[in-house]
Amino acid sequence: MSDRLFEAIIYFCTATVVGLLLWIIGDLAYQGLAHLSFDFLFSEPENAGRDGGIGPILVSTLMILGVTFLTALPVGVAVAVWLAEFTRRGSIAGNWVRLSLDVMAGVPSIVYGLFGNAFFCLYLGMGFSILSGGLTLALMILPVLIRTCEAGVSSVSDAWRHGAQALGMSRSSAIWHILLPAASPAIAAGLILGIGRASAETAALIFTSGYVDRMPESLMDSGRTLSVHIYDLSMNVTGGDATAHASALVLLALILILTMLAQSFSGRWLQGRLNV
Amino acid sequence: MILSKRNTLFRWGADRQLQPLLAALALATAAMLLLIVTFLLLEAWPVVANGRWRDFFTDESWYPLEGQFGLLPMLWGSIAIMVGAMILAAPLGLAAAIFASFYASGFVLRVYQMLMALLAGMPSVVLGLWGLMVLVPLLAAWQPPGASLLAAMLVLSLMILPTVALASASALASVPKPLMAGAAALGMCRKSQIMKVAIPVARHGIWSAMLLAVARALGETMVVLMVAGNVVQYPHGLFEPVRALTANIALEMGYAMEDHRAGLFASGLMLTSIVLLLAWLAGMTAKRELHHV
Amino acid sequence: MTNHFDTAYTVGGVSLAEPCCIPTPHLQVNDLSVSYGEHRVLEAVTLDIYKGCITALIGPSGCGKTSFLSAINRLTDLIPGAATEGSVQFEGENILGKSVDTLLLRRRIGMIFQKPNPFPLSIRRNLELPLREHGVRERKTLDAEIEGALRDAGLWDEVKDRLDGPALALSGGQQQRLCIARALVLKPEILLMDEPCSALDPISSGVVEDLIIRLRGRFTVVIVTHNLAQAKRVANYAAFFWMTERVGKLIEFDHCQRLFEAPNHNLTAAYISGAKG
Repeated sequence: MSDRLFEAIIYFCTATVVGLLLWIIGDLAYQGLAHLSFDFLFSEPENAGRDGGIGPILVSTLMILGVTFLTALPVGVAVAVWLAEFTRRGSIAGNWVRLSLDVMAGVPSIVYGLFGNAFFCLYLGMGFSILSGGLTLALMILPVLIRTCEAGVSSVSDAWRHGAQALGMSRSSAIWHILLPAASPAIAAGLILGIGRASAETAALIFTSGYVDRMPESLMDSGRTLSVHIYDLSMNVTGGDATAHASALVLLALILILTMLAQSFSGRWLQGRLNV
Repeated sequence: MILSKRNTLFRWGADRQLQPLLAALALATAAMLLLIVTFLLLEAWPVVANGRWRDFFTDESWYPLEGQFGLLPMLWGSIAIMVGAMILAAPLGLAAAIFASFYASGFVLRVYQMLMALLAGMPSVVLGLWGLMVLVPLLAAWQPPGASLLAAMLVLSLMILPTVALASASALASVPKPLMAGAAALGMCRKSQIMKVAIPVARHGIWSAMLLAVARALGETMVVLMVAGNVVQYPHGLFEPVRALTANIALEMGYAMEDHRAGLFASGLMLTSIVLLLAWLAGMTAKRELHHV
Repeated sequence: MTNHFDTAYTVGGVSLAEPCCIPTPHLQVNDLSVSYGEHRVLEAVTLDIYKGCITALIGPSGCGKTSFLSAINRLTDLIPGAATEGSVQFEGENILGKSVDTLLLRRRIGMIFQKPNPFPLSIRRNLELPLREHGVRERKTLDAEIEGALRDAGLWDEVKDRLDGPALALSGGQQQRLCIARALVLKPEILLMDEPCSALDPISSGVVEDLIIRLRGRFTVVIVTHNLAQAKRVANYAAFFWMTERVGKLIEFDHCQRLFEAPNHNLTAAYISGAKG
């Protein structure tokens, strides 16, 4: 096989991948944009979702993501700080925590769904609710969030740690005022990974937060996320194609917007505190 | 005596409370793994205890309402879909990684990276939707019913492609530059440099990337649920519908009771063990590279 | 220093109290040893650091000068496996004792590092953070203290218009003076400096050196330096450290001038004449 042929094969394979991706996106945009409108975003679904909009579904999605990040972010950052700042190299407790996080990162999402159903819905009695679903997702994204944040915090220059110590600053202040802002790009990166996984997740939510497509009134109500809505429309509702495609576009846009929010949040924090 | 402790002027008490608080949170997080395993075992116990777990492998098929808990058809379904997806994704992904590492540069590389990130971030339910709306009808026109092993293989291969491409690219990036320069200086052509030097040197990293992709493929639910057809049977043809373990859980959890429910938890436990084993192997393979290069 | 620096920068504000150097011990170091794990890096150092004076620590790399500084404000606590023996008396208390509040200690004994390490914050916040940490809350006091410290460090005129700009945008020399200002803002009694000029270009180095000379009298300064000429220019006292069998030891401690002009020890004589080290 000649050099030219090899190169041609490489280009061909890459072009195939890129072509398929463009096909998917193009198809999605073509089918979805037609049905997408301001009204679609805010009105109630009708006729099992074939008509009407996705208002309550959008609200449920945001509520579930809210629960997920309000629990996962503080816990994740705290655990990351503990791993990076309070465990010495080769510490047994630290290594065990890291190991179990790495194992948790490998558990398939549907299994998180099983656990969430057994633990949050039944054992803790939360039922099929936004709270159950959000907490299940929080658990699912914690490992990757923690490990990314940990890497960020431990890569902060020691010069600042020593500087803070030499000024008689307490460790808590040094962590809060100096180390965390300096690590905020990594925290944002972990957050973005988490956002991607949590908003795309479907399997773990079907039997933790449920199917109900009414407007949720509290965290204890069942709520249907965009991804579950897409699944339901495409699998269980004949004639739901158009709304399914439009919902998929909205989901992609939501992920994009949340990603940019996470980036600007980290940028804002960086600028406000760091001035780099 | 100003240096002595018990200084109450400032709020340094916070420091002493911080470490135990963080440690408690960390240990609680780690303990969640134990909790997950415990709950899976507890829920699965009725169909696992007293040697009943053997039924998973000896029962003919999966008729949970009649007390038949044979998981083998679905396990083979999962494996067949995964193998098919890997046959497609491994060469394509590796080719894309080679493209990104050795051929692309500047603007083209940036566009490629953006598209790959987009594909990696694509929710699997959206890929499933595309498969169901576009691919399945195409296949159905050719070889009905359309929703089949082949459809699942194709869509799943797209889903795991970024895993292969990105992880292989980072393995290729760790090949020492002088080694490549040396190969070029020996007058090796581009293809030989890549095939005879870069890939052999990065082989452990590439294997690890493949294993990670396999683990992802086996753990994926939505794609296989949406396009595989979901008929419980041993896979015996590309155009036949099959049901994967993950899809089975998603399909039946909604209404499963008692032993049926326990059977689903047991299949979840089995799936987790396989996926973790693969992830562990991937980790070990990646580590070997560190020692050998 | 040449006039060049006086015109380019305003270094001032610190009152030159006469006599600049009172030979009363501020710190009494007694039999101080430092080891990292099994490895002893500094052995049995005994010397007095005099109040208001500048004491220079000289000697080749790796002879324990930096460990000596770290022990004095307990930064050794941060290094896993580091242990200290002996005692350092500071106002009747042993700094190395278990009951010492290290945060308060470090407020009173400041430290300047080799590489300038301003926090990646604004200039103002760099000074404000330690002040707030030590309980200063009122805006007016904060602003006054910050201005005072920046004036003392000779940095005020250069940065007064961009206090809210990033500290990392300053030049290396300005960053180091900011670090000194950051230490001064806490009104410490003793300043430890670990080769404060070695990472700077010659001109910035000169400005910082000028500043150190002006601190004499108001602060007790212990400065580690590799630059013998600098030690000669700034210090009242000098301590010469040397390493034998990988263990650092204090060879000679004396008035700076006497140590340089009439050393008692052959090693000292050889080192300052450039024959060794």
